[in-house]
Amino acid sequence: MNVFEKMLSIDRRWIFLAIGIAVIVPFFFPLGLPVVVTPPVESLYDAVDEIHPNDAPLLLSIDYAPATLPELEPMAMAILRHAFEKDVNVVVMTLHPAGYGLAERAMLDAAEEMGQEYGTDYCFLGFQPGTSAVILGMGVNIATVFPEDAYGTPLAEIPMMEGVRNYDDIPLVISLAGWSAAEAWVYYAYQPFGQAVGAGVTAVMATDFYPYLSSNQLVGLLGGMRGAAEYEMKIDNPDKGVQGMDSQSIIHIMIIILIVAGNIAYFGARRRKKLEEAEAA
Amino acid sequence: MRRQIPLALCFIAGLFMAVQYFIPHPTVQDTYEIVLGWLQTLLAFAFLLGTVSLIRMHFHKIRNRADDRAFSWVTLLGLVSMIGLGFLHPQHQLPGSPFNLMFLNVQVPIEATMFSLLAFYIASAAFRAFRARTLEATLLLVAACIVMLGRVPIGDLIHESIPAATQWILNVPNLAAKRGVMIGVGLGMMATSLKIILGIERAWMGGSD
Repeated sequence: MNVFEKMLSIDRRWIFLAIGIAVIVPFFFPLGLPVVVTPPVESLYDAVDEIHPNDAPLLLSIDYAPATLPELEPMAMAILRHAFEKDVNVVVMTLHPAGYGLAERAMLDAAEEMGQEYGTDYCFLGFQPGTSAVILGMGVNIATVFPEDAYGTPLAEIPMMEGVRNYDDIPLVISLAGWSAAEAWVYYAYQPFGQAVGAGVTAVMATDFYPYLSSNQLVGLLGGMRGAAEYEMKIDNPDKGVQGMDSQSIIHIMIIILIVAGNIAYFGARRRKKLEEAEAA
Repeated sequence: MRRQIPLALCFIAGLFMAVQYFIPHPTVQDTYEIVLGWLQTLLAFAFLLGTVSLIRMHFHKIRNRADDRAFSWVTLLGLVSMIGLGFLHPQHQLPGSPFNLMFLNVQVPIEATMFSLLAFYIASAAFRAFRARTLEATLLLVAACIVMLGRVPIGDLIHESIPAATQWILNVPNLAAKRGVMIGVGLGMMATSLKIILGIERAWMGGSD
């Protein structure tokens, strides 16, 4: 067995171990790599920043499930911190049944940290099934889709919801999703109602959203943990997104090295085999 | 009649939902609002259907003493206990309720763990399967490496042109390909919708046609 064949037959558990170490070590010994803010994140930040304080609310649709939580929760926290710091009212909701508890947790953590009061600064509408019907219905009348908030209070009795009837009274919707919910907001809120929509999606999904960004159907985009890290840098509050960038940098480098090494081993072994066959002939 | 009535309902509903977009008259918009309410109610039944289907499948596995029936027991126990916690606790939706604690401390770590395992398999697959065998595969491989580097801070440190190249790949070739696919999918959806509304496509009613 030559060196190339040995490389190809390496036990994959060694790769798993290397990846595990590469993920964990930077959490204890941060590299502090600089995070540069890209235009799609800058646009979303500006859109939130332009919302008038204590006026029409930002609608944050936390549409992720636990599987995509590590990438998307830092985005939710960063956006909520930004909005609360600017005294922008926030309406939180979810289109994913498993998103209820996660949306509530992010909302309560950020509100407690920023000293916000329920009902006057933020509120939680909870979950309603039927993605497209919910988004379309909210464009006509939010109270018909969510007659009361997640805790049973009628919307009419929530002070910050006074005068908020439909998308005409919401300057910006942001959907944070690991599935097609963010696209649904573009289809059913932007297209029929002209509602400004921003999105935060997982890194693997981000490429799907560039057409919407380019056509201004999205005001901004956060792609993966990098998007969250950039937003954290914009609000000058580095947290889990920035922390995760060190691990992600090392993992990406490792994967590139593995691709190159795998190709060298494959083509090296193939060439060696051909030479041996030629010699034998 | 068993076929004509559903076809007629589908035709009327499909035509109305398409036409209402262009008619701002209050009567049409009020009807539209009512239809949206019905739609939401109908979609809620999908959850019920899914739950019943899940219970039936696992119940059959247990009854037939399938080899992996232990997993079916776990699934059904999880389902029953979460539904039970939801019903028994009057304010199950509040933070700190048993339902909420089970969700945050059991379901969230399990799902996050399952998804994070992908990183290990992607790394292993990158070594074993990502080969530059053809020109197309090589282009994909090079583009993937550039984007991987450009989407992390270390790419900025290696060379300033890497993030710029990444943005170009995302904004030009990626955008062109995605738009082509999206337009194709959109046209396909329109054609299929028309076929369903006009009763040409009838697979949704069950049966062979």
